[in-house]
Amino acid sequence: MAILINKDTRVITQGMTGKVGQFHTLHCKNYANGANCFVAGVTPGKAGQRYEGIPIFNSVADAKAQTGATVSVIYVPPPYAAAAIDEAVEAGMGLVICITEGIPVHDMLRTRFKMQGKKTLLIGPNCPGLITPDEIKIGIMPGHIHRKGRIGVVSRSGTLTYEAVGQLTELGMGQSSCVGIGGDPVNGMKHLDVMKLFNEDPETDAVIMVGEIGGSDEEECARWIKGNMQKPVVGFIAGVTAPPGKRMGHAGAIISGGQGGAEDKLAVMEECGIHITRNPAEMGRVMQKILKG
Amino acid sequence: MKIHEYQAKEILRQYGVPTPRGSACFSVDEAENAARNLGGAVWVVKAQIHAGGRGKGGGVKVARSLQEVCDHAGNILGMQLITHQTGAEGQKVRRLLIEEGAAIAKEYYVGMVIDRSKQRVVLMASSEGGMEIEEVAKHTPEKIHKVWINPASGLTDAEADTVARQIGIPDAALTDARACLQGLYRAFVEKDAMLAEINPLVLTADQRVVALDAKINFDSNALFRHPEVVALRDLDEEDPAEIEASKFDLSYISLDGDIGCLVNGAGLAMATMDIIKLYGGMPANFLDVGGGASKEKVTEAFKLMLKNPRLRAILVNIFGGIMKCDVIAEGVVAAAREVHLKAPLVVRLEGTNVDLGKRILAESGLPIISASNMADAAEKVVAAAKGA
Repeated sequence: MAILINKDTRVITQGMTGKVGQFHTLHCKNYANGANCFVAGVTPGKAGQRYEGIPIFNSVADAKAQTGATVSVIYVPPPYAAAAIDEAVEAGMGLVICITEGIPVHDMLRTRFKMQGKKTLLIGPNCPGLITPDEIKIGIMPGHIHRKGRIGVVSRSGTLTYEAVGQLTELGMGQSSCVGIGGDPVNGMKHLDVMKLFNEDPETDAVIMVGEIGGSDEEECARWIKGNMQKPVVGFIAGVTAPPGKRMGHAGAIISGGQGGAEDKLAVMEECGIHITRNPAEMGRVMQKILKG
Repeated sequence: MKIHEYQAKEILRQYGVPTPRGSACFSVDEAENAARNLGGAVWVVKAQIHAGGRGKGGGVKVARSLQEVCDHAGNILGMQLITHQTGAEGQKVRRLLIEEGAAIAKEYYVGMVIDRSKQRVVLMASSEGGMEIEEVAKHTPEKIHKVWINPASGLTDAEADTVARQIGIPDAALTDARACLQGLYRAFVEKDAMLAEINPLVLTADQRVVALDAKINFDSNALFRHPEVVALRDLDEEDPAEIEASKFDLSYISLDGDIGCLVNGAGLAMATMDIIKLYGGMPANFLDVGGGASKEKVTEAFKLMLKNPRLRAILVNIFGGIMKCDVIAEGVVAAAREVHLKAPLVVRLEGTNVDLGKRILAESGLPIISASNMADAAEKVVAAAKGA
């Protein structure tokens, strides 16, 4: 059943009627079982209307009550996106995926504080979303590069995830689920949280973990892997050549106060038994070699 | 976004943090007038640039007469101030802060950042004022005291007093210290700061607590709600290429190498820089054109890279998802024609409509070197840069 989502997942789209929301909702609906999965949209003031046949509601609570959906995906613009997460959490959604890039970090601090003790899981913000190939895609990744299979992928970056997936697919290794956890400094699920799910998933044999400079999530995940992970993990960290103190595109991709450098992360990962590669073109091949023993 | 010390102090004053009196000056005359208006017998002449380490670099001088104020101001204004944060070429000083001197009894450090793991604002305080917190953390981490602040309650009186005592602020000055710490926290949250430092925070001979220096960095993603912060931006302190890039919503950072990179997505853009180095080259820039790169954006991106005199070759690395490869290919061809590209250009396309994209490149008649994957691209662009 892969992790977090499958063909039976029912999804509400917050911000479905905006330009970005419309575009991606259409692609998600057209992917695999998407027509059955994407059951509602939320835009305040547009209740009763439809987009691509998907009914629109005024609030997440209404949409959930009417459709029984347990997952929401958010394309709401940055000034309002944290409030959209809050609304989904309040409505008791099981999983919220926030695609929006550019949310003020203090907004996310307040939202994460409010989420304490709540059961809702958050993926993102500033992420491509997640996909369980041939079943469901929730987010902005190109569906066609994926193949159903047994490798899990977790990454802070969008296109670099596609790169990893593309290599796997080309080498004949399909994916169980691919999760983009996002490039923001304050976010929901971390590498570690996703890694634990892959470890427990009977349909995942191995994991590619893609990290980047900034923070210490990769190190924390690596230390957990050392003592607990029962499946091989291939790791890559982007930003070996990134200068300190500069924000490399992602809000969270910054080496600050001597912390968060790629070499440090790679060293910890290697020490914890992760099969690291410094060559982003070799992620798939390293995985292939390990699986062949 | 960064601001100058004098601007940071102005913000802190609005939140009740005591600072020395002073004013910003752009000329020696202004500096002299400012010192005269401040009165007293001791002044500090401080270079205002967006980098730390100004004192060690010779950008901060104490003056004991108006003549000395003028001398120091004359020397510092216009100098290329070199610190460990400016790079070897230094940063030109265009502004000064003239402040009243303070009788310092003791120096402390206080700062705030966002703790990513704990997802809280963290107050860091140390008895080792004037030193960089990274150095203190490395050598004497036990001297750093931290408070992870609950956003519901803010920094409480009890928390502020405890940390003030821990770093050795005497009881007589606790009320002052509390005003500093709580003011710093309110400024940090209300202004959407990413980092705020008072280093040093000083205890004066008459037992007052004063912010002798101040630094605040802001969250660029929150500037939409802070026009008053945007107004403080000093473009002289920023890289012209990065300013130009931001106009076109491109994420660009100048680097030291000679191979330009144009990539979609921040992670892939970093990985592209990394693989260039892995194959023996050096990237000239980080450039993320984002998910929805239009022909216009690609053209502007090329123009930006070509402004770099060191540039010897360009690598375009696109993993087209939402962005279709044929659209990118058309953009690359149009851009290469418009800028009359001379430097060797290696293009690696992958993803949606890749075959169509490759055909457009091949049929363009331009000497574009096509690459089949990232490794191939890196190898080819490094060879091209060395041969050019």
